Amino acid sequence: MNNLQIYLLLSSLLFSLGIYAVISRKNAVAILMGIELMLNSANINFIAFNRFTSNLNNLDGHLFSMFVIVLAAAEAAVALAIIINLFKNLGTVNVDEAAELKG
Amino acid sequence: MGEIIFLSLIIIISSSAIWVVVSPNLVHSAVSLLITLFGVAGLYVFLYADFLAATQVVIYVGGILVLIIFGVMLTNKIDKPVIESNSSNKIIGLFVSGFIFSILSFVVLQTNWQIAQNNIEGDSTVKLIGYLILGKYLLPFELISVLLLAALVGSAMLARKKINE
Repeated sequence: MNNLQIYLLLSSLLFSLGIYAVISRKNAVAILMGIELMLNSANINFIAFNRFTSNLNNLDGHLFSMFVIVLAAAEAAVALAIIINLFKNLGTVNVDEAAELKG
Repeated sequence: MGEIIFLSLIIIISSSAIWVVVSPNLVHSAVSLLITLFGVAGLYVFLYADFLAATQVVIYVGGILVLIIFGVMLTNKIDKPVIESNSSNKIIGLFVSGFIFSILSFVVLQTNWQIAQNNIEGDSTVKLIGYLILGKYLLPFELISVLLLAALVGSAMLARKKINE
């Protein structure tokens, strides 16, 4: 078992924990936290593969994971705006109760 | 010494990530997400990604986590001492995520990874990343700045108070 496999196992653990949060949580903010965990696990994969399977002057994985971080920031901002609107309109952030299409 | 720090990082990351998804208190989840993100930044340091570690701390811990805590505080009655976050579908969630984790770890352990042997400590990655951003990845860089601007304007428009028409 080499070092790369440890990183990959850790990132798959983080990914499945994020999926568990998305499936089982009721609060929308907690679901957002699960999505952040999944994005982080993808970042760990990018950087681990870049470190272990390419030469030193190749930093494409770093650039990809930077783009993922920026996308995560944009996604968190938009999702929180939507969640705040949900709370304003329905008085709850429970995604099971937000079942109406007409606001 | 390095191995002890690495193992403790892994233990810290996995335990705090588990607490993020099972904690009944939402604020505890947010604080454990903070610990997880810091631990991932430490992992980046072990992978010789110094610029990414700094970016992770600045953007994730300083930006996204503050946004999430704002979200927790704005969408709950904070006079209650415990902000609850219930879980449902625990069995299905455990089944699906356990299935995905077992498949992924099977693949990871079975594959014969080709490890490049020329990995020694190099210079700081900042210079090379700068060359890449302004050279090979110039178009995605500009596109993502436009996307960030659009997301900023869109979320400000979504979250503002509606003026009575």
